[in-house]
Amino acid sequence: MGKNILKRIDLIFKDEADCKSVLKKSLQKTNDELINELIASGLKGRGGAGFPTGLKWKLTSEQKADSKYVICNADEGEPGTFKDREILTQVPYKVLTGMALCGRIIGAKQGFIYLRGEYKYLLKDLNVEIENFQAICQELKLNFKVDVFMGYGAYICGEESALFESMEGKRGEPRNKPPYPSEHGYLGKPTVINNVETLAHTFTIFQYGAGKFKDLGVQDSYGSKLFSISGDTPIPGIYELELGMTVEDFVNDFGDGDTKAVQVGGASGFCVPRKKFRETRIGYQGKLTGISLPTGGSMMLFNSSRSMYNLLSNYLEFFTEESCGQCTPCRVGTQQLIEGIRAVKRGDKNAAYLEKLLALTETMKGTAKCGLGQSVANSFQSIVENFREEMIF
Amino acid sequence: MDVIKDRVKSLVKEHGKARENLLPILQGLAEQERFVSEYAMQVIAEEMGLSTADVYGTSTFYSFLDTRPRGKYIIRVCKTITCYMKGKNQILLALEEALKIKLGETTPDKKFTLLETNCLGWCHKAPAMLINDDVHTDLTVEKVHQIISEYKQLTYTTLKD
Repeated sequence: MGKNILKRIDLIFKDEADCKSVLKKSLQKTNDELINELIASGLKGRGGAGFPTGLKWKLTSEQKADSKYVICNADEGEPGTFKDREILTQVPYKVLTGMALCGRIIGAKQGFIYLRGEYKYLLKDLNVEIENFQAICQELKLNFKVDVFMGYGAYICGEESALFESMEGKRGEPRNKPPYPSEHGYLGKPTVINNVETLAHTFTIFQYGAGKFKDLGVQDSYGSKLFSISGDTPIPGIYELELGMTVEDFVNDFGDGDTKAVQVGGASGFCVPRKKFRETRIGYQGKLTGISLPTGGSMMLFNSSRSMYNLLSNYLEFFTEESCGQCTPCRVGTQQLIEGIRAVKRGDKNAAYLEKLLALTETMKGTAKCGLGQSVANSFQSIVENFREEMIF
Repeated sequence: MDVIKDRVKSLVKEHGKARENLLPILQGLAEQERFVSEYAMQVIAEEMGLSTADVYGTSTFYSFLDTRPRGKYIIRVCKTITCYMKGKNQILLALEEALKIKLGETTPDKKFTLLETNCLGWCHKAPAMLINDDVHTDLTVEKVHQIISEYKQLTYTTLKD
Protein backbone atom coordinates (compact mmCIF):
# COMPACT_ATOMS: atom_id res chain seq x y z
CA MET A 1 0.00 0.00 0.00
CA GLY A 2 1.19 3.48 -0.91
CA LYS A 3 4.41 2.09 -2.36
CA ASN A 4 4.55 4.48 -5.30
CA ILE A 5 5.70 1.79 -7.70
CA LEU A 6 3.90 3.45 -10.58
CA LYS A 7 5.29 6.61 -12.05
CA ARG A 8 2.98 9.60 -11.69
CA ILE A 9 2.66 11.53 -14.94
CA ASP A 10 1.80 15.20 -15.14
CA LEU A 11 0.77 16.11 -18.66
CA ILE A 12 -2.97 16.58 -18.71
CA PHE A 13 -3.37 18.90 -15.74
CA LYS A 14 -0.07 20.68 -16.23
CA ASP A 15 -1.07 24.26 -16.72
CA GLU A 16 0.17 25.46 -20.06
CA ALA A 17 -0.09 29.20 -19.86
CA ASP A 18 -0.56 29.82 -23.53
CA CYS A 19 -3.10 27.92 -25.59
CA LYS A 20 -2.88 30.64 -28.21
CA SER A 21 0.72 29.74 -29.08
CA VAL A 22 -0.12 26.04 -29.46
CA LEU A 23 -3.07 26.93 -31.64
CA LYS A 24 -1.01 29.39 -33.69
CA LYS A 25 1.89 26.99 -34.12
CA SER A 26 -0.43 24.17 -35.18
CA LEU A 27 -2.40 26.31 -37.59
CA GLN A 28 0.80 26.97 -39.52
CA LYS A 29 1.05 23.24 -40.26
CA THR A 30 -0.93 21.52 -42.98
CA ASN A 31 -3.86 19.26 -42.15
CA ASP A 32 -1.86 16.25 -43.29
CA GLU A 33 1.03 17.15 -41.02
CA LEU A 34 -1.27 17.39 -38.02
CA ILE A 35 -3.07 14.14 -38.79
CA ASN A 36 0.24 12.36 -39.29
CA GLU A 37 1.47 13.66 -35.94
CA LEU A 38 -1.65 12.26 -34.26
CA ILE A 39 -1.36 8.92 -36.03
CA ALA A 40 2.35 8.73 -35.12
CA SER A 41 1.50 9.31 -31.45
CA GLY A 42 -0.61 6.15 -31.36
CA LEU A 43 -3.30 7.97 -29.37
CA LYS A 44 -6.42 5.87 -28.92
CA GLY A 45 -9.80 7.06 -27.66
CA ARG A 46 -9.80 7.56 -23.90
CA GLY A 47 -13.52 6.97 -23.42
CA GLY A 48 -12.87 3.25 -23.24
CA ALA A 49 -13.43 1.94 -26.75
CA GLY A 50 -9.92 2.81 -27.89
CA PHE A 51 -10.41 3.71 -31.55
CA PRO A 52 -7.26 5.38 -33.02
CA THR A 53 -7.90 9.12 -32.86
CA GLY A 54 -5.76 10.12 -35.86
CA LEU A 55 -7.58 7.65 -38.07
CA LYS A 56 -10.97 8.91 -36.91
CA TRP A 57 -10.05 12.47 -37.85
CA LYS A 58 -8.57 11.34 -41.17
CA LEU A 59 -11.67 9.36 -42.16
CA THR A 60 -13.93 12.28 -41.34
CA SER A 61 -11.70 14.75 -43.18
CA GLU A 62 -12.00 12.65 -46.33
CA GLN A 63 -15.79 12.90 -46.37
CA LYS A 64 -17.40 15.45 -48.69
CA ALA A 65 -20.26 17.33 -47.06
CA ASP A 66 -21.68 20.84 -46.81
CA SER A 67 -21.30 20.80 -43.05
CA LYS A 68 -19.44 18.71 -40.48
CA TYR A 69 -19.30 18.73 -36.70
CA VAL A 70 -16.85 18.19 -33.87
CA ILE A 71 -18.38 16.88 -30.68
CA CYS A 72 -16.73 16.53 -27.31
CA ASN A 73 -18.36 13.71 -25.40
CA ALA A 74 -18.63 14.91 -21.80
CA ASP A 75 -21.48 12.55 -20.89
CA GLU A 76 -19.22 10.85 -18.37
CA GLY A 77 -21.59 8.36 -16.76
CA GLU A 78 -19.72 5.10 -16.27
CA PRO A 79 -19.83 4.21 -12.58
CA GLY A 80 -16.49 5.07 -11.03
CA THR A 81 -15.45 7.62 -13.65
CA PHE A 82 -15.00 11.29 -12.82
CA LYS A 83 -11.85 12.44 -14.64
CA ASP A 84 -13.54 14.33 -17.51
CA ARG A 85 -15.23 16.61 -15.02
CA GLU A 86 -11.83 17.51 -13.60
CA ILE A 87 -10.36 18.18 -17.06
CA LEU A 88 -13.24 20.52 -17.89
CA THR A 89 -12.74 22.23 -14.54
CA GLN A 90 -8.97 22.62 -14.64
CA VAL A 91 -7.85 22.72 -18.28
CA PRO A 92 -10.88 23.29 -20.52
CA TYR A 93 -8.75 25.31 -22.97
CA LYS A 94 -6.86 22.14 -23.91
CA VAL A 95 -10.11 20.46 -24.90
CA LEU A 96 -11.28 23.53 -26.82
CA THR A 97 -7.95 23.79 -28.65
CA GLY A 98 -8.18 20.13 -29.67
CA MET A 99 -11.74 20.67 -30.90
CA ALA A 100 -10.82 23.77 -32.92
CA LEU A 101 -7.85 22.06 -34.58
CA CYS A 102 -10.00 19.05 -35.35
CA GLY A 103 -12.51 21.48 -36.86
CA ARG A 104 -9.91 22.94 -39.20
CA ILE A 105 -8.62 19.51 -40.19
CA ILE A 106 -11.99 17.94 -41.01
CA GLY A 107 -13.63 21.14 -42.25
CA ALA A 108 -16.10 21.74 -39.42
CA LYS A 109 -17.12 25.19 -38.27
CA GLN A 110 -19.27 24.12 -35.36
CA GLY A 111 -18.36 22.18 -32.26
CA PHE A 112 -20.44 21.02 -29.32
CA ILE A 113 -19.63 19.86 -25.84
CA TYR A 114 -22.30 17.39 -24.73
CA LEU A 115 -22.21 17.90 -20.98
CA ARG A 116 -24.05 15.49 -18.71
CA GLY A 117 -26.84 17.02 -16.63
CA GLU A 118 -25.11 15.95 -13.42
CA TYR A 119 -22.31 18.42 -14.24
CA LYS A 120 -24.53 21.40 -14.94
CA TYR A 121 -22.87 23.36 -12.17
CA LEU A 122 -19.83 23.58 -14.51
CA LEU A 123 -21.79 25.38 -17.22
CA LYS A 124 -21.22 28.95 -16.08
CA ASP A 125 -17.43 28.70 -15.89
CA LEU A 126 -17.26 26.64 -19.04
CA ASN A 127 -19.16 29.27 -21.00
CA VAL A 128 -16.71 31.92 -19.82
CA GLU A 129 -13.81 29.72 -21.00
CA ILE A 130 -15.52 29.22 -24.34
CA GLU A 131 -16.01 32.97 -24.74
CA ASN A 132 -12.32 33.63 -24.07
CA PHE A 133 -11.37 30.89 -26.46
CA GLN A 134 -13.67 32.20 -29.15
CA ALA A 135 -11.86 35.54 -28.95
CA ILE A 136 -8.53 33.78 -29.56
CA CYS A 137 -9.99 31.94 -32.55
CA GLN A 138 -11.18 35.23 -33.99
CA GLU A 139 -7.78 36.79 -33.51
CA LEU A 140 -6.19 33.88 -35.36
CA LYS A 141 -8.88 34.06 -38.03
CA LEU A 142 -10.11 30.57 -37.26
CA ASN A 143 -13.80 30.21 -37.99
CA PHE A 144 -14.94 27.76 -35.33
CA LYS A 145 -17.79 28.06 -32.85
CA VAL A 146 -18.34 25.96 -29.74
CA ASP A 147 -21.62 25.53 -27.86
CA VAL A 148 -22.54 23.42 -24.87
CA PHE A 149 -25.44 20.99 -25.18
CA MET A 150 -26.83 19.80 -21.85
CA GLY A 151 -27.58 16.14 -21.32
CA TYR A 152 -30.30 15.29 -18.82
CA GLY A 153 -29.51 12.16 -16.85
CA ALA A 154 -29.19 9.31 -19.34
CA TYR A 155 -26.11 7.07 -19.21
CA ILE A 156 -26.83 5.66 -22.66
CA CYS A 157 -26.26 9.08 -24.23
CA GLY A 158 -22.53 8.52 -23.74
CA GLU A 159 -22.87 6.02 -26.59
CA GLU A 160 -22.02 8.17 -29.58
CA SER A 161 -25.01 7.50 -31.80
CA ALA A 162 -27.42 7.83 -28.86
CA LEU A 163 -25.74 11.14 -28.14
CA PHE A 164 -26.50 12.35 -31.68
CA GLU A 165 -30.12 11.27 -31.31
CA SER A 166 -30.33 13.14 -28.03
CA MET A 167 -28.89 16.30 -29.61
CA GLU A 168 -31.44 15.96 -32.39
CA GLY A 169 -34.24 16.18 -29.83
CA LYS A 170 -35.08 12.50 -29.77
CA ARG A 171 -34.95 9.67 -27.26
CA GLY A 172 -31.32 8.69 -26.66
CA GLU A 173 -31.55 5.38 -28.49
CA PRO A 174 -28.44 4.08 -30.26
CA ARG A 175 -28.47 3.77 -34.04
CA ASN A 176 -27.43 0.84 -36.16
CA LYS A 177 -23.79 0.88 -37.19
CA PRO A 178 -22.52 1.23 -39.84
CA PRO A 179 -22.76 3.96 -40.99
CA TYR A 180 -20.27 5.32 -38.49
CA PRO A 181 -20.16 8.94 -37.27
CA SER A 182 -17.32 9.75 -39.69
CA GLU A 183 -19.93 9.42 -42.46
CA HIS A 184 -23.25 9.89 -40.75
CA GLY A 185 -23.19 11.62 -37.37
CA TYR A 186 -25.05 14.57 -35.90
CA LEU A 187 -27.89 15.61 -38.24
CA GLY A 188 -26.61 12.95 -40.64
CA LYS A 189 -23.39 14.88 -41.27
CA PRO A 190 -19.80 13.62 -40.92
CA THR A 191 -18.89 14.07 -37.27
CA VAL A 192 -15.84 13.53 -35.12
CA ILE A 193 -16.87 12.62 -31.61
CA ASN A 194 -14.12 12.33 -29.02
CA ASN A 195 -13.96 11.87 -25.30
CA VAL A 196 -12.89 14.89 -23.21
CA GLU A 197 -9.59 13.28 -22.25
CA THR A 198 -8.76 12.31 -25.84
CA LEU A 199 -9.11 15.93 -26.92
CA ALA A 200 -6.94 17.09 -24.03
CA HIS A 201 -4.26 14.60 -25.13
CA THR A 202 -4.31 16.00 -28.68
CA PHE A 203 -3.29 19.35 -27.18
CA THR A 204 -0.25 17.72 -25.57
CA ILE A 205 0.65 15.98 -28.81
CA PHE A 206 0.35 19.15 -30.90
CA GLN A 207 2.33 21.03 -28.30
CA TYR A 208 5.22 18.64 -27.71
CA GLY A 209 5.04 16.34 -30.73
CA ALA A 210 4.15 12.66 -30.91
CA GLY A 211 7.46 11.54 -29.40
CA LYS A 212 6.86 12.78 -25.88
CA PHE A 213 3.49 11.01 -25.79
CA LYS A 214 4.76 7.80 -27.31
CA ASP A 215 7.61 7.58 -24.81
CA LEU A 216 4.97 6.66 -22.26
CA GLY A 217 3.06 3.42 -22.03
CA VAL A 218 3.71 0.14 -23.79
CA GLN A 219 3.30 -1.25 -27.28
CA ASP A 220 -0.25 -0.82 -28.61
CA SER A 221 -1.15 1.22 -25.54
CA TYR A 222 0.95 4.34 -25.78
CA GLY A 223 0.76 7.40 -23.62
CA SER A 224 -0.63 8.18 -20.23
CA LYS A 225 -4.18 7.88 -19.03
CA LEU A 226 -6.21 9.46 -16.31
CA PHE A 227 -7.54 6.99 -13.80
CA SER A 228 -10.51 7.66 -11.57
CA ILE A 229 -9.73 5.66 -8.45
CA SER A 230 -12.35 4.96 -5.81
CA GLY A 231 -13.76 2.35 -3.47
CA ASP A 232 -11.68 0.78 -0.69
CA THR A 233 -8.54 2.86 -1.05
CA PRO A 234 -6.95 5.27 1.40
CA ILE A 235 -6.18 7.68 -1.45
CA PRO A 236 -9.17 7.96 -3.81
CA GLY A 237 -8.91 10.53 -6.58
CA ILE A 238 -7.70 11.18 -10.11
CA TYR A 239 -4.24 10.01 -11.11
CA GLU A 240 -2.39 10.16 -14.40
CA LEU A 241 -0.48 6.92 -14.95
CA GLU A 242 1.17 5.10 -17.83
CA LEU A 243 -0.79 2.48 -19.71
CA GLY A 244 0.46 -1.08 -19.45
CA MET A 245 0.67 -1.39 -15.64
CA THR A 246 -0.24 -4.65 -13.92
CA VAL A 247 -3.19 -4.70 -11.55
CA GLU A 248 -0.78 -6.02 -8.91
CA ASP A 249 1.36 -2.87 -9.08
CA PHE A 250 -1.79 -0.79 -9.10
CA VAL A 251 -3.10 -2.51 -5.97
CA ASN A 252 0.24 -2.11 -4.21
CA ASP A 253 0.02 1.62 -4.80
CA PHE A 254 -3.65 2.22 -4.19
CA GLY A 255 -5.04 -0.71 -2.21
CA ASP A 256 -5.79 -0.71 1.50
CA GLY A 257 -3.76 -3.87 2.14
CA ASP A 258 -6.81 -6.09 1.92
CA THR A 259 -7.88 -5.75 -1.71
CA LYS A 260 -10.07 -8.62 -2.84
CA ALA A 261 -10.96 -7.45 -6.32
CA VAL A 262 -10.55 -4.52 -8.69
CA GLN A 263 -13.26 -3.46 -11.11
CA VAL A 264 -11.57 -2.18 -14.24
CA GLY A 265 -13.67 -0.03 -16.57
CA GLY A 266 -16.72 0.51 -14.39
CA ALA A 267 -19.94 -1.48 -14.33
CA SER A 268 -19.47 -2.30 -18.02
CA GLY A 269 -15.90 -3.45 -17.41
CA PHE A 270 -14.25 -6.46 -15.81
CA CYS A 271 -13.86 -7.56 -12.23
CA VAL A 272 -10.34 -8.83 -11.54
CA PRO A 273 -10.02 -11.18 -8.54
CA ARG A 274 -6.89 -11.22 -6.34
CA LYS A 275 -5.48 -14.36 -7.95
CA LYS A 276 -5.36 -12.62 -11.33
CA PHE A 277 -3.78 -9.34 -10.21
CA ARG A 278 -0.32 -10.28 -11.46
CA GLU A 279 -1.25 -11.50 -14.93
CA THR A 280 -3.65 -8.67 -15.75
CA ARG A 281 -2.49 -5.46 -17.34
CA ILE A 282 -4.32 -2.23 -18.04
CA GLY A 283 -4.27 -1.27 -21.69
CA TYR A 284 -5.95 -1.82 -25.02
CA GLN A 285 -6.04 -5.34 -26.35
CA GLY A 286 -3.04 -5.94 -28.55
CA LYS A 287 0.30 -7.61 -28.33
CA LEU A 288 0.55 -7.44 -24.56
CA THR A 289 1.17 -10.76 -22.92
CA GLY A 290 -1.43 -12.11 -20.56
CA ILE A 291 -4.84 -10.57 -20.02
CA SER A 292 -5.16 -6.98 -21.13
CA LEU A 293 -8.10 -4.89 -20.04
CA PRO A 294 -9.15 -1.58 -21.57
CA THR A 295 -10.72 1.08 -19.40
CA GLY A 296 -12.21 4.51 -19.68
CA GLY A 297 -10.28 5.12 -16.48
CA SER A 298 -12.62 3.74 -13.83
CA MET A 299 -10.74 1.69 -11.22
CA MET A 300 -12.75 0.61 -8.19
CA LEU A 301 -11.14 -1.35 -5.37
CA PHE A 302 -13.00 -3.72 -3.08
CA ASN A 303 -11.66 -5.22 0.12
CA SER A 304 -12.63 -8.48 1.74
CA SER A 305 -15.50 -6.90 3.72
CA ARG A 306 -17.46 -6.45 0.48
CA SER A 307 -20.08 -8.84 -0.84
CA MET A 308 -19.58 -9.51 -4.53
CA TYR A 309 -23.26 -10.42 -4.77
CA ASN A 310 -24.21 -6.93 -3.62
CA LEU A 311 -21.74 -5.50 -6.07
CA LEU A 312 -23.19 -7.40 -9.03
CA SER A 313 -26.71 -6.66 -7.90
CA ASN A 314 -25.90 -2.92 -7.82
CA TYR A 315 -24.43 -3.05 -11.34
CA LEU A 316 -27.45 -4.91 -12.68
CA GLU A 317 -29.84 -2.41 -11.12
CA PHE A 318 -27.83 0.27 -12.87
CA PHE A 319 -28.04 -1.45 -16.25
CA THR A 320 -31.73 -2.27 -15.87
CA GLU A 321 -32.49 1.40 -15.28
CA GLU A 322 -30.14 2.77 -17.89
CA SER A 323 -31.02 0.35 -20.70
CA CYS A 324 -32.79 2.49 -23.30
CA GLY A 325 -35.33 -0.30 -23.84
CA GLN A 326 -35.04 -0.26 -27.59
CA CYS A 327 -33.74 -3.80 -28.18
CA THR A 328 -35.09 -6.92 -26.51
CA PRO A 329 -31.82 -8.65 -25.51
CA CYS A 330 -30.79 -5.69 -23.37
CA ARG A 331 -34.21 -4.60 -22.06
CA VAL A 332 -35.37 -8.07 -21.05
CA GLY A 333 -31.90 -9.51 -20.49
CA THR A 334 -30.89 -7.04 -17.79
CA GLN A 335 -34.18 -7.63 -15.94
CA GLN A 336 -33.86 -11.41 -16.16
CA LEU A 337 -30.28 -11.31 -14.89
CA ILE A 338 -31.19 -9.38 -11.77
CA GLU A 339 -34.25 -11.56 -11.11
CA GLY A 340 -32.07 -14.60 -11.75
CA ILE A 341 -29.30 -13.86 -9.27
CA ARG A 342 -31.90 -12.94 -6.64
CA ALA A 343 -33.66 -16.26 -7.20
CA VAL A 344 -30.39 -18.18 -6.81
CA LYS A 345 -29.51 -16.25 -3.67
CA ARG A 346 -32.95 -16.95 -2.16
CA GLY A 347 -32.62 -20.60 -3.07
CA ASP A 348 -35.61 -20.57 -5.42
CA LYS A 349 -33.27 -21.66 -8.19
CA ASN A 350 -30.37 -24.02 -7.79
CA ALA A 351 -26.75 -23.12 -8.48
CA ALA A 352 -26.86 -24.62 -11.98
CA TYR A 353 -29.20 -21.77 -12.93
CA LEU A 354 -26.14 -19.53 -12.94
CA GLU A 355 -25.03 -21.36 -16.11
CA LYS A 356 -28.27 -20.33 -17.80
CA LEU A 357 -27.69 -16.75 -16.77
CA LEU A 358 -24.12 -16.89 -18.07
CA ALA A 359 -25.45 -18.19 -21.39
CA LEU A 360 -27.93 -15.32 -21.43
CA THR A 361 -25.10 -12.80 -21.11
CA GLU A 362 -23.40 -14.46 -24.09
CA THR A 363 -26.60 -14.00 -26.08
CA MET A 364 -26.76 -10.36 -25.04
CA LYS A 365 -23.15 -9.90 -26.06
CA GLY A 366 -23.93 -11.23 -29.50
CA THR A 367 -27.30 -9.66 -30.13
CA ALA A 368 -27.70 -6.40 -28.21
CA LYS A 369 -27.68 -3.36 -30.43
CA CYS A 370 -25.07 -1.31 -28.63
CA GLY A 371 -22.22 -1.43 -26.17
CA LEU A 372 -24.47 -1.19 -23.12
CA GLY A 373 -26.27 -4.49 -23.63
CA GLN A 374 -23.18 -6.17 -25.02
CA SER A 375 -20.94 -5.25 -22.12
CA VAL A 376 -23.21 -6.45 -19.31
CA ALA A 377 -21.52 -9.79 -19.95
CA ASN A 378 -18.14 -8.37 -18.88
CA SER A 379 -18.96 -7.68 -15.27
CA PHE A 380 -21.51 -10.47 -14.95
CA GLN A 381 -19.22 -13.22 -16.18
CA SER A 382 -16.12 -11.99 -14.38
CA ILE A 383 -17.96 -11.75 -11.06
CA VAL A 384 -20.03 -14.93 -11.30
CA GLU A 385 -17.12 -17.05 -12.52
CA ASN A 386 -14.61 -15.76 -9.98
CA PHE A 387 -16.92 -15.43 -6.98
CA ARG A 388 -19.43 -18.18 -7.65
CA GLU A 389 -19.83 -19.23 -4.03
CA GLU A 390 -20.77 -15.69 -3.02
CA MET A 391 -23.61 -15.77 -5.54
CA ILE A 392 -25.07 -18.92 -4.00
CA PHE A 393 -24.56 -18.71 -0.23
CA MET B 1 -53.85 33.79 -19.19
CA ASP B 2 -52.11 30.55 -20.05
CA VAL B 3 -48.74 30.64 -18.27
CA ILE B 4 -47.50 27.41 -19.84
CA LYS B 5 -48.31 28.60 -23.33
CA ASP B 6 -46.50 31.90 -22.76
CA ARG B 7 -43.46 30.16 -21.37
CA VAL B 8 -43.32 27.65 -24.20
CA LYS B 9 -43.74 30.39 -26.79
CA SER B 10 -40.88 32.41 -25.42
CA LEU B 11 -38.65 29.31 -25.14
CA VAL B 12 -39.42 28.32 -28.74
CA LYS B 13 -38.67 31.87 -29.81
CA GLU B 14 -35.36 31.78 -27.95
CA HIS B 15 -34.16 28.38 -29.22
CA GLY B 16 -35.92 27.96 -32.56
CA LYS B 17 -38.48 25.53 -33.96
CA ALA B 18 -36.10 22.87 -35.30
CA ARG B 19 -36.38 19.46 -33.69
CA GLU B 20 -32.81 19.63 -32.35
CA ASN B 21 -33.96 22.38 -29.99
CA LEU B 22 -36.53 20.18 -28.29
CA LEU B 23 -34.35 19.08 -25.38
CA PRO B 24 -33.17 22.62 -24.49
CA ILE B 25 -36.81 23.76 -24.63
CA LEU B 26 -37.97 20.92 -22.37
CA GLN B 27 -35.09 21.66 -19.99
CA GLY B 28 -35.97 25.34 -19.95
CA LEU B 29 -39.58 24.61 -19.08
CA ALA B 30 -38.67 22.04 -16.44
CA GLU B 31 -36.41 24.57 -14.78
CA GLN B 32 -39.25 27.08 -14.54
CA GLU B 33 -42.11 24.73 -13.74
CA ARG B 34 -40.13 21.96 -11.97
CA PHE B 35 -41.74 19.45 -14.35
CA VAL B 36 -43.20 19.05 -17.82
CA SER B 37 -46.90 18.17 -17.81
CA GLU B 38 -48.71 16.33 -20.58
CA TYR B 39 -50.48 19.58 -21.36
CA ALA B 40 -47.10 21.31 -21.74
CA MET B 41 -45.99 18.54 -24.09
CA GLN B 42 -49.04 19.21 -26.27
CA VAL B 43 -48.30 22.91 -26.33
CA ILE B 44 -44.66 22.31 -27.23
CA ALA B 45 -45.67 19.93 -30.02
CA GLU B 46 -48.07 22.51 -31.39
CA GLU B 47 -45.55 25.34 -31.24
CA MET B 48 -42.75 23.29 -32.82
CA GLY B 49 -44.85 21.51 -35.41
CA LEU B 50 -44.08 18.07 -33.98
CA SER B 51 -46.36 15.20 -33.07
CA THR B 52 -47.32 15.04 -29.41
CA ALA B 53 -46.11 11.44 -29.36
CA ASP B 54 -42.62 12.55 -30.37
CA VAL B 55 -42.51 15.17 -27.63
CA TYR B 56 -43.87 12.66 -25.12
CA GLY B 57 -41.25 10.11 -26.19
CA THR B 58 -38.38 12.50 -25.67
CA SER B 59 -39.81 13.96 -22.45
CA THR B 60 -40.16 10.60 -20.77
CA PHE B 61 -36.72 9.31 -21.75
CA TYR B 62 -34.45 11.49 -19.63
CA SER B 63 -34.28 10.76 -15.92
CA PHE B 64 -33.65 14.41 -14.98
CA LEU B 65 -36.64 15.57 -16.97
CA ASP B 66 -39.47 15.27 -14.50
CA THR B 67 -42.92 14.62 -15.87
CA ARG B 68 -44.56 14.71 -12.45
CA PRO B 69 -44.78 17.76 -10.18
CA ARG B 70 -41.62 18.22 -8.12
CA GLY B 71 -40.51 20.47 -5.30
CA LYS B 72 -38.42 23.58 -5.70
CA TYR B 73 -35.36 21.69 -4.54
CA ILE B 74 -34.93 18.30 -6.13
CA ILE B 75 -32.56 16.13 -4.12
CA ARG B 76 -30.94 13.27 -6.03
CA VAL B 77 -28.90 10.89 -3.89
CA CYS B 78 -26.36 8.78 -5.76
CA LYS B 79 -27.06 5.07 -5.29
CA THR B 80 -24.35 3.60 -7.51
CA ILE B 81 -21.66 1.31 -6.21
CA THR B 82 -19.16 3.54 -4.40
CA CYS B 83 -21.81 5.72 -2.79
CA TYR B 84 -23.67 2.55 -1.86
CA MET B 85 -20.50 1.13 -0.26
CA LYS B 86 -19.80 4.35 1.59
CA GLY B 87 -23.19 4.46 3.24
CA LYS B 88 -25.76 6.11 0.98
CA ASN B 89 -28.52 4.25 2.82
CA GLN B 90 -27.67 6.15 6.03
CA ILE B 91 -27.75 9.37 4.03
CA LEU B 92 -31.19 8.54 2.66
CA LEU B 93 -32.49 7.77 6.15
CA ALA B 94 -31.12 11.07 7.40
CA LEU B 95 -32.80 12.94 4.54
CA GLU B 96 -36.11 11.18 5.15
CA GLU B 97 -35.87 12.15 8.77
CA ALA B 98 -34.92 15.76 8.08
CA LEU B 99 -37.62 16.23 5.44
CA LYS B 100 -40.27 13.97 7.00
CA ILE B 101 -40.95 12.31 3.65
CA LYS B 102 -40.08 9.01 2.02
CA LEU B 103 -37.95 8.41 -1.04
CA GLY B 104 -39.84 9.55 -4.16
CA GLU B 105 -42.06 11.98 -2.26
CA THR B 106 -42.36 15.77 -2.18
CA THR B 107 -42.82 17.76 1.02
CA PRO B 108 -46.35 19.20 1.49
CA ASP B 109 -44.98 22.75 1.13
CA LYS B 110 -43.61 21.71 -2.30
CA LYS B 111 -40.14 22.75 -1.31
CA PHE B 112 -38.24 19.43 -1.48
CA THR B 113 -38.45 16.25 -3.54
CA LEU B 114 -36.31 13.28 -2.53
CA LEU B 115 -35.06 10.98 -5.30
CA GLU B 116 -32.25 8.56 -6.01
CA THR B 117 -30.08 8.71 -9.10
CA ASN B 118 -27.29 6.78 -10.80
CA CYS B 119 -23.58 7.59 -10.64
CA LEU B 120 -22.99 11.32 -10.20
CA GLY B 121 -19.25 11.13 -10.86
CA TRP B 122 -18.11 11.89 -7.30
CA CYS B 123 -17.06 8.35 -6.34
CA HIS B 124 -13.83 9.59 -4.72
CA LYS B 125 -15.89 11.79 -2.41
CA ALA B 126 -18.76 9.41 -1.74
CA PRO B 127 -21.50 9.52 -0.66
CA ALA B 128 -22.75 12.33 -2.85
CA MET B 129 -25.99 14.04 -3.80
CA LEU B 130 -27.30 16.82 -6.00
CA ILE B 131 -29.70 19.50 -4.84
CA ASN B 132 -30.91 20.97 -8.11
CA ASP B 133 -27.57 21.66 -9.86
CA ASP B 134 -25.44 21.93 -6.72
CA VAL B 135 -23.20 19.06 -5.67
CA HIS B 136 -22.75 17.94 -2.06
CA THR B 137 -20.05 15.36 -1.34
CA ASP B 138 -18.41 13.45 1.52
CA LEU B 139 -21.82 13.34 3.16
CA THR B 140 -22.39 12.35 6.75
CA VAL B 141 -25.63 12.24 8.71
CA GLU B 142 -24.62 15.44 10.48
CA LYS B 143 -23.75 17.18 7.26
CA VAL B 144 -27.11 16.22 5.73
CA HIS B 145 -29.03 17.83 8.60
CA GLN B 146 -26.88 20.94 8.33
CA ILE B 147 -27.41 21.23 4.55
CA ILE B 148 -31.17 20.71 4.77
CA SER B 149 -31.58 23.28 7.51
CA GLU B 150 -29.69 25.77 5.35
CA TYR B 151 -31.94 25.07 2.35
CA LYS B 152 -35.04 25.34 4.52
CA GLN B 153 -34.08 28.91 5.33
CA LEU B 154 -33.56 29.86 1.71
CA THR B 155 -36.24 31.68 -0.21
CA TYR B 156 -36.13 30.65 -3.80
CA THR B 157 -37.17 33.64 -5.85
CA THR B 158 -36.43 32.62 -9.41
CA LEU B 159 -39.18 30.01 -9.51
CA LYS B 160 -42.87 30.61 -9.72
CA ASP B 161 -44.86 31.22 -6.50
